[in-house]
Amino acid sequence: MRIGMVCPYTWEVPGGVREHVSGLAEALMEMGHEVSVIAPADDDAVLPPYVVPAGRAVPVPYNGSVARLAFGFLSASRVRRWLKDGDFDVLHVHEPAAPSLSLLACWVADGPIVATLHAALPRSRALHAAQPILASALEKISGRIAVAEAARNTLVEHLGGDAVLIPNGVHVGRYEKAEPLPGFPGTGGTLGFLGRMDEPRKGLDILLAAFTMMAPDRPGLRLLIAGRGDPGEVLDQVPRPLQPRVVLLGQVSDADRIKMLHSVDVFCAPNTGGESFGYVLVEAMAAGAPIVASDLEAFRQVLRGGEAGELFETGNAAGLAAAAARLLDDPARRARLAAAASVAVREFDWSVVARDVVRVYQAVAPAAGRVAVAL
Amino acid sequence: MTLLTGIIVIAVVAMIGVYISWRAGRLDRLHARLEAARFALDAALVRRSSTALELASSGLLDPATSVLLAGAAHDARSPESGRELAESDLTRALRAVFSQPDFRALLAGREGAEELLTELESAAHQVFLARKFYNDAVAATQAARLRWLARIFRLAGRAPDPEFFEIDDSLVLAAETGGRGADLPHLTG
Repeated sequence: MRIGMVCPYTWEVPGGVREHVSGLAEALMEMGHEVSVIAPADDDAVLPPYVVPAGRAVPVPYNGSVARLAFGFLSASRVRRWLKDGDFDVLHVHEPAAPSLSLLACWVADGPIVATLHAALPRSRALHAAQPILASALEKISGRIAVAEAARNTLVEHLGGDAVLIPNGVHVGRYEKAEPLPGFPGTGGTLGFLGRMDEPRKGLDILLAAFTMMAPDRPGLRLLIAGRGDPGEVLDQVPRPLQPRVVLLGQVSDADRIKMLHSVDVFCAPNTGGESFGYVLVEAMAAGAPIVASDLEAFRQVLRGGEAGELFETGNAAGLAAAAARLLDDPARRARLAAAASVAVREFDWSVVARDVVRVYQAVAPAAGRVAVAL
Repeated sequence: MTLLTGIIVIAVVAMIGVYISWRAGRLDRLHARLEAARFALDAALVRRSSTALELASSGLLDPATSVLLAGAAHDARSPESGRELAESDLTRALRAVFSQPDFRALLAGREGAEELLTELESAAHQVFLARKFYNDAVAATQAARLRWLARIFRLAGRAPDPEFFEIDDSLVLAAETGGRGADLPHLTG
């Protein structure tokens, strides 16, 4: 198939939606499909061969923060030209409610349109104000995909309509083999955490409390943390004598992220909520790290009810400490969990996820003809 | 002698009383001016956001620009986290919309476009003026309230401490004016 894909956020800044678009596009091309992606980017930006720049993105306040988006008549005419040149069998837009290229593509195109919703939009009142404007463009979408239940709820509650759930993908193969960071995991045991340190919902404070409980009995135990945030604030939550055993990597590159996952004996996901899908869990599973995670519904699903990772009561630091201690003391159980995880994670591999997406294309495309320019 | 002292004391007390009540009256007038300025500012902000909302739902713009503008205008109307922040965000959204290349040219000749843009321009300018006058009134009131007489005799009564209204309300792009944009807003286009 010839697939035209639209990314609403600038290609030059890494982010969840952009990662998703590139992962899906590459997986589709490996399957033999032709893919062209249009995204906001400078005309002279260095881009993969399948990405067409739609011009520079403008930073604007959107949904409570500043987003780099492309909007306006000129952006719309670039999308129109791209559609004309592309002659696609199906148009796949991502995050169509964001005021950017995807919405413009829905506006100017006719024919089979598939949309993927990524984020749950908490500021729904503003969305409500924009609803009448969105409605006429979103009505054209014939197949809707949500990456998680939360995104699907946004659609159902605020935009109308329903969506099929197809999770975010991960390149499992890229995670399978990596050298651990120098000196890790060591012999005394290493716990790991990946995510924003300053976002309460990621639950780092619960892990720090659990570490403080465990560390006195385990003189070699260390805690390895990768993610953005203020190091001082994190260390302050741990008694001074234990502080040297907390290793903060800060924000890390993709390669170091994978190395970090190979450097731990037990990977901890103490999130307290708001996690729609659990991407970090899937990454840890792909890397073969034994996992202890809070028993959020999304995590429970990803970990197959505890078969592919240990679950503890969300928010309970003592529960986390007990579960992590059990795993540290039982290498055989760790190996079993890791093996189960690497089987379970295959359903999140891009090759599998992309196949499900193609099924949606096939369901939509024959009835709607080819993608045409409407305006 | 005692009579003369008594008369002098009474006269001094009376003069002090007159002075204090004159100061209190002045403070009262300042508070009234402040109140009026606040109403004017409120009205200007509401006019700006409703005109922005009107432009967003006019069908003149592309849907992405419309959604952006509608979201910002709606947030300014009923801010979830601080009015100053939401109003500044609306300014930034307006600036992003109006600074699109050829924005005016692309809308020229469309039914009702010129009127709406002019209306929005004047509403934005009104916000700039109203905020300047309001903050001016705040400064004057604060200074008067800080004087020792006003503090000792609590001349301000129960009126709450006035606060400045600080937002980004400049619609000229700083880059285009060499950073002098803050003084007089007008929409480029």
